[in-house]
Amino acid sequence: MEEYPPIIVRLAINRIDLNLIKNENVQPRIYTPGEEISSQPDFLRGHGTYVDDENTLRASVAGVLEKVNKLISIRPLKARYQGEIGDVIVGRITEVQQKRWKVDTNSKLDSVLLLSSVNLPGGELRRRSAEDEQTMRRYLQEGDLICAEVQSTFVDGSLSLHTRVLKYGKLSQGIMLKVSPALIKRKKTHFHNLESGASLILGNNGYIWIGANKQDSDRSEGGFTQDLSRIPQINREVCARLRNCILILAQCNIQLTDTSVTYAYEESMKYKINELLEPEIMIDVSLLTHQRLIQQ
Amino acid sequence: MIEVENIEDQNGLRPDGRRALELRQIRVKMGVFGQADGSAYIEQGNTKILVTVYGPHQPRGSTGRSTSNITKGIVNCQYSMAVFSLSSGERKRKPRGDRKSQERSLQLKHAMEAIIHLEIYPRSQIDIYVEALQVDGSEYCASVNAATLALIDAGIPIKNYAIGCTVTLINNPSLEDEDNALGKGVLDANYVEECTPGVTLSVVALPNNDSTSKDGLIVVAQGAGQRLHLSQFESLKARVLYGCQDIRTILDYAVREYLTEQSLPSLFHVALN
Repeated sequence: MEEYPPIIVRLAINRIDLNLIKNENVQPRIYTPGEEISSQPDFLRGHGTYVDDENTLRASVAGVLEKVNKLISIRPLKARYQGEIGDVIVGRITEVQQKRWKVDTNSKLDSVLLLSSVNLPGGELRRRSAEDEQTMRRYLQEGDLICAEVQSTFVDGSLSLHTRVLKYGKLSQGIMLKVSPALIKRKKTHFHNLESGASLILGNNGYIWIGANKQDSDRSEGGFTQDLSRIPQINREVCARLRNCILILAQCNIQLTDTSVTYAYEESMKYKINELLEPEIMIDVSLLTHQRLIQQ
Repeated sequence: MIEVENIEDQNGLRPDGRRALELRQIRVKMGVFGQADGSAYIEQGNTKILVTVYGPHQPRGSTGRSTSNITKGIVNCQYSMAVFSLSSGERKRKPRGDRKSQERSLQLKHAMEAIIHLEIYPRSQIDIYVEALQVDGSEYCASVNAATLALIDAGIPIKNYAIGCTVTLINNPSLEDEDNALGKGVLDANYVEECTPGVTLSVVALPNNDSTSKDGLIVVAQGAGQRLHLSQFESLKARVLYGCQDIRTILDYAVREYLTEQSLPSLFHVALN
């Protein structure tokens, strides 16, 4: 018989508030929908605002004010991912259409990955033939996970992706996590090979990929090959621990970077992996991580 | 059966001890689900409503095929009452799909379409799922309030809070004098008061901080079996707007509280600049 960890059941009133790291000294000015921002006409209205019949600028979401010169916008606490060109994203194929794939990227509409913006096996400058269109499903199927970059945005706000660089492409073995896109800042690099032996992709859209193997450098097949060899137990445990650590950071509203994830991973080593889901331990790990991040 | 004698005012108080313009206690929780884009739970007295919002997202299935509405987003509402929700104790046979739920879904959809900036979301869909866990009067209004909060939690741009409130004109034949406080309509009726002989109006308004705006008033008359004289309507409207204003203040406070509590580090960066 295998030993299973005990299941802990607790009442709702014993629930612990995980958001301990509050910023007490800063009280942001919060706007709520319908609140008047300004009645002067010389402001530009940005996201999260609207102008009513009396030419008053009002907030349309609940959040904090962001002001760039005359452009006023309100940023909500959480919202769907708003794509920008150059973002690294992790997404899941939802549909295979003529000459393109539809990708779920946590944005308002599904993103598009055109057949012409992927690297097909055999040469950079290959022409896309009708045959390629018919065998699209062989490269990417419904449900496959990919990593890509935002190439451009369409008029209706949906994104066009590309995987033209060899680091992008199909993801093979690992775990995908969904967190709020606000937790991931735009950085120089979103691909990290951690010391623990796993790879981490922090997608700008709030989807995170924990790869079991180090990023393999061989991408001659256009990034459509999947390494399906058996992952040793140790690597799988590393991935599981990383997942729980990222969930802790996300629950406690700590920004996700490679440093914060590494710190949380190191602080979590004194606990078992399954213990990391208990609220007291989550708080302990998050506070220790927060301390180390401040000390920097 | 409800005794009519109980409805009679005792020193101007209602059966549950409230005054005519007094609301029931409102308790609010936002962000109760991790998976949904936005969610809210509201208690107005014993009426308990849970709302989740998914979206805006790509419409799936048959709704995605129709390209009739490519300039605006689609709102999809589903109102369902839990089988154990009725305060009379009997069980509902079907949680959704019956006439009442369908009608409620449609009314809720109209109210939500009126406040959401749908033109920002062409071709996408917003799903609003309402679950009435316990029903003790004014459940449509409570679900409008909860849906507004869930939309705010999801970060979907709305024009203003849509606030629902009921006003009930208790039409008691023994109540002779017209100037009596209860005779002019009471706010936020519970189940007992809704069942009295009289008219209950469910009103959804967009109240403002500064002044009560005239626009965006949706009045839904609930089946009361009695007619309302137009002369009484204005005074009822004034009362219900007063109630909406109060509810808005309470909800607005709850939203601010929630936001200060949950604010992300990235949000502080903005506020500091």
